[in-house]
Amino acid sequence: MSATTAIVTGSSTRPAPGRRRGRNRLSTALWSALSVVLFALFAFPVYWMVNTSFQPNNEIRGSEIHFWPDNFTLRNYATVLFDPGRTPFAPAAVNSLVVTLTTVLVALVFAFLAAIAVTRFRFKSRRGFIVMILVIQMIPGEAMIVAIFRVIDGWHLLNTLIGLTIVYVATVLPFTIWTLRGFVNGVPADLEEAAMIDGCSRAGAFWRVTFPLLAPGLVATGVFGFIQAWNEFVIALVLNARPEMMTLPVWLRTFLVANGTTNWAAIMAGSTLMAIPVIVFFLIVQGRMTSGLVSGAVKG
Amino acid sequence: MTTTDTGLPPAVSAVDGERIVTPQPAPPPKRRRFSRRAGGLTPYGLLVPASLVLAAIVGWPLIQLLITSMQEFGRAQVFGAPPTWVWFENYVSVLTDVTFYEVLGRSLVFAAVCVVTTMVLGTLMALLLQRLPKGFRLLLSLGMLLAWAMPPLSATIVWGWMFDTDYGIVNSVLVNGFGLEQFQQHSWLIDPLSFFLVAGIIIVWGAVPFVAFTIYAGLTQVPDEVLEAAQLDGAGAFKRFRLITFPYLKPIFLITTILQIIWDLKVFTQIFALQDIGGIRALTNTLGVYIYQVSIAGGDFGTGGAIAVITAIILMTVSLYYVRQTIKEEEL
Repeated sequence: MSATTAIVTGSSTRPAPGRRRGRNRLSTALWSALSVVLFALFAFPVYWMVNTSFQPNNEIRGSEIHFWPDNFTLRNYATVLFDPGRTPFAPAAVNSLVVTLTTVLVALVFAFLAAIAVTRFRFKSRRGFIVMILVIQMIPGEAMIVAIFRVIDGWHLLNTLIGLTIVYVATVLPFTIWTLRGFVNGVPADLEEAAMIDGCSRAGAFWRVTFPLLAPGLVATGVFGFIQAWNEFVIALVLNARPEMMTLPVWLRTFLVANGTTNWAAIMAGSTLMAIPVIVFFLIVQGRMTSGLVSGAVKG
Repeated sequence: MTTTDTGLPPAVSAVDGERIVTPQPAPPPKRRRFSRRAGGLTPYGLLVPASLVLAAIVGWPLIQLLITSMQEFGRAQVFGAPPTWVWFENYVSVLTDVTFYEVLGRSLVFAAVCVVTTMVLGTLMALLLQRLPKGFRLLLSLGMLLAWAMPPLSATIVWGWMFDTDYGIVNSVLVNGFGLEQFQQHSWLIDPLSFFLVAGIIIVWGAVPFVAFTIYAGLTQVPDEVLEAAQLDGAGAFKRFRLITFPYLKPIFLITTILQIIWDLKVFTQIFALQDIGGIRALTNTLGVYIYQVSIAGGDFGTGGAIAVITAIILMTVSLYYVRQTIKEEEL
């Protein structure tokens, strides 16, 4: 009970009434200590992945636990990248990059056009389109894999990058439209109208006035799409199962189901390689992440 | 869970009653926020690319899914044999199959536990963030961001390694650090219950940051004056949270809870990868994984389709509230 009391009394940064100050400082110290422990709990798995990836495989199989890579080695990365006995890393990385970047680019262009339509124009089915976007976003992808597999198979696009890219574009499109719509809404059309009074054409006004203001929004939305497509697992698993057509998540999975004993050190190296781009991008856009998710609801 | 239950009816009626039925009670000014033009065919042209993609990859498969779910569609049909039309036979066989109910029950219970745990821990973390001095707040935020940023597959694999039977750090710490000898070579993934404990830890660990940051952002909106007034009136900490903070943040709680329910009900990656690492598939399938097992791995697209349709209906029902709430908030 004393703990919960402290939570609330510690709330304001203003100086508390005199007799409370001592207790306040103590509770702040306690909460700070707790936050360090919690930081360790949250960050530990990420640290453990990187730590293990730099240790020799025979060492992580010892009875002793190494909290620091004493015998630092890059051999696990060499194994993951170049071992001929395994599904090669390079094609999977290239596939992932090509599919993800194309997806982001195409989705951004298509979503941008749609966002302009629903924010800057008044037409009959405007509201219907927006509601449809929201509803599509709620259709669980896991339920759709059966049908998507059959449709893509019917178009003879299984195990192709084009097939996977089209599906990914459709997957990230609703969210991208929704978020961009918010960004375009945030730029007042009055600005465009002012430019038009000064002699710009309607398209010219949009291009010269509104578009530059949208750049941060486009970048943030693009990064969301990147993370989604880069991490996507189920669809890639179903559509691109052939080794040379795999993306990184499916490639990483091959290490888990490989015959013989699991080479955990190598798996951690592969896992690290896959996670780095996402973590970097995530830290870049983290500020917009929460608001974007709440208003647009990325699929998890 | 009580949050959703008590919150639903009034909010929904608010949608119908205030916003949608009578959107503008006063005669609207000519320009509301900005002018929208009629623009002839231009808006339709702008919508063509997005609509085409969505029609091809969402609309068409959706129709296919409904059709397949009413057909006998197995391996033979994949290789060209014409499918036989069986109407609702697949649905009947799914709905009379004990396995389906086991999977459904497992998914519901697992999602419920995950959602409640995530929401409680997320709220506590948000309250903690609010009390922390700036430096420590940044530190804790960084830790949570790392957890949040981890790709689900990488996260599952790392946790799987930490819970490894022979060399995992969890067993090692339990045996050497706490002297619990029974965890020597303890297999966490063989027993379904502890399999879901590990899966739950992975999911909650990855989801708490989102909830914490969202609620923290909301907490900054609660006016200090009201809280202080309540404190002067003698309201204890818990009472202040229940009577002031919580009502202020109710919409945020509702939306995050619903998103968590949707995400946790259809969870795939974490369960599927943990099964690869060492779980018993038949005893640990959840809805998403079960659809995959029946249709893609098992080759029975008809039955798989029926399960997929049922799953979609369940999830769409849950998200209906979210959609309505969003429409209401955004004043389309």
